[in-house]
Amino acid sequence: MPACNQLEAAFRAAWADPAFHSRLDALLRDYAGRPTPVTECLRLSERLGVRVLLKREDLTHTGSHKINNVLGQGLLTVGMGKGRIIAETGAGQHGVATATAAALFGLDCVVYMGEVDTERQELNVFRMRLLGAEVRPVRSGSRTLKDAVNEALRDWVASVEDTHYCLGSVMGPHPYPWMVREFQRVVGEEARAQCRLLLDGADPDYVVACVGGGSNAAGTFAGFVDTRAALVGVEAAGGAAIGRGVPGVVHGMKSYLLQDEYGQVSEARSISAGLDYPGVGPEHSYLAAAGRASYVPASDGEVLVALQVLAETEGIIPALEPAHAIAWVLRASASGEIPNGSTVLVTMSGRGDKDAEQVMGLLG
Amino acid sequence: MSEVPVAVGLAGVAGVAAVAGVAGVAGVVRPGAGAAGGEVAAREAAGEVVPLEASLRAARDGGRKLLVPYVTGGLGSHWVEVLQAMVSSGADAVEIGIPFSDPVMDGPTIQEASLRALQLGATPPGILSELRRVRVGVPLIAMTYYNLVFRGGHRRFAHNLIEAGVAGIILPDVPLEELGDWSRAADEAGVETVLLAAPITPDDRLAELCRRSRGFVYGVNLMGVTGERSAVASSARQLGERLKAATDKPVLMGFGVSTPEQAAEAASYADGVIVASALMRLLLDGASPERIGDRVAELRAALDDT
Ligand SMILES: Cc1ncc(COP(=O)(O)O)c(C=O)c1O
Repeated sequence: MPACNQLEAAFRAAWADPAFHSRLDALLRDYAGRPTPVTECLRLSERLGVRVLLKREDLTHTGSHKINNVLGQGLLTVGMGKGRIIAETGAGQHGVATATAAALFGLDCVVYMGEVDTERQELNVFRMRLLGAEVRPVRSGSRTLKDAVNEALRDWVASVEDTHYCLGSVMGPHPYPWMVREFQRVVGEEARAQCRLLLDGADPDYVVACVGGGSNAAGTFAGFVDTRAALVGVEAAGGAAIGRGVPGVVHGMKSYLLQDEYGQVSEARSISAGLDYPGVGPEHSYLAAAGRASYVPASDGEVLVALQVLAETEGIIPALEPAHAIAWVLRASASGEIPNGSTVLVTMSGRGDKDAEQVMGLLG
Repeated sequence: MSEVPVAVGLAGVAGVAAVAGVAGVAGVVRPGAGAAGGEVAAREAAGEVVPLEASLRAARDGGRKLLVPYVTGGLGSHWVEVLQAMVSSGADAVEIGIPFSDPVMDGPTIQEASLRALQLGATPPGILSELRRVRVGVPLIAMTYYNLVFRGGHRRFAHNLIEAGVAGIILPDVPLEELGDWSRAADEAGVETVLLAAPITPDDRLAELCRRSRGFVYGVNLMGVTGERSAVASSARQLGERLKAATDKPVLMGFGVSTPEQAAEAASYADGVIVASALMRLLLDGASPERIGDRVAELRAALDDT
């Protein structure tokens, strides 16, 4: 049976099964540390004149939202009777999360990672190996996330019978964009309830998340899409598929894509390995085209500043990816695009430990 | 917004249906854009296109095992001569790779060939315009990935193939479920779209693939990507036999057919073989068109001996 059909059937059945939800909820609570808090940023808010709240995915086990998705896909892998799991990774957070789930569920694990990324995220490569995973550096193409996806797909066509491909974002062929969003929905649903407690029943005016493939943003937006909150996705300026791309079809999905006039995929360029991807999940293309969410860029320079500002004002060192979301909040509150007195929820998708060495080099 | 979302999967792996809750990009496919007057010109040009299925059937029915070698378009300045050498050495059709930046169904050799060709400046119009200048007398089949077709525009791309004398196309990343728009444009222009069947393709799907495939049916010998292998995969025989039982269209086996012995073996379950990586390895290592022609002649001889 074609693997995606099998996966879709397994996911549909699991998602409708209360027993699956109770197993997943227990893992999210007792293993991953959910619910994660929403933190009010008092000093930053005072400085910006805008009330800033952070949804703290950086506080989960393994340090990013990626754990939510892999625990779900890990349970499905076991349920499908497969003993091997493969993944692509950019920043290494999804690779670490997958390696973690593989250890937890007793699965063999191979993680594909672009060679450029194995160099800038050395610590995560070591973490994956400690967790028992094999990390295979990918030397083709731009040697970053898109090439890691290519290589994982090549593995999967040869191994579908005993292997699950644990895709890390809301991209790829159906059912991945939908399934991964459902596994990340917990971020937005928790955050909405937490915001309503903090804001006397109101929703934030802005809900902001960084967008690589778009999973933390999709999960966050899922909780607010039916509220009046403005949804803002922040792309890396050098990987802005929605901002600078045109529709294309690659990696089994139709979405905005950075490409040349003939359809050859362009190489993204970003300081952040997790956002260094020329495509974006199709749901974001839809939200953009429908006008429900807007997508804005943040440059490498702005991101480094934002990382330091958050560290110094709040004692929170963000990963480079969510530092993009902070960067836009700094820019838009300074320019008045976010009016004074607004409330802004930002998804802090991961913690900055993995980037400390790279940032040290950049700030020199 | 109303458009059905497209999510393309790998042939034989992903069977992609509508994406529940996730919509595709709104209004991006505008069939016909840029193709004004195209059909007329296409039909005029069609006289020069050697048709794929009719030629292969005729050769097969004449008792011949079919040989279809592959060359990556734009790989070096001699690639058209390589194509001509293949034909004079006994190819029944030639597959022309139009290189794509992200060839997910290809192994290291075709990846390298594609990348090299792209670095040398290969583009779809460039390759087609070189083909337009040659007439080799056997059918030509383009092999590429869907994004190039999508970006070019279905009708325009199909028209350009026919105009360049290319009869067929293989798009390994378009599953049956997503074939509709392209195959309408292809049928209209007269391009024969070859579909791929894999060892795990279930019977009902296999029958549908055979029914909708044009030109021939491509049997993928193994679950995996293109590339040389030390032996023909054990999954090949069963697939070849299933395909032969399911269709009387020509059935060609490919993926991992490298040597004359392997070609003879794979052709014994079907009507013939496709050989790509082994020949591109030679070209990448600097072999001349004559040397590649010699290799094709060896493959031909092995098939003629069966
Ligand atoms: C902390 C963090 N945030 C965000 C991302 C980007 O992924 P997505 O857009 O799917 O949330 C990554 C990816 O590696 C990440 O590690």
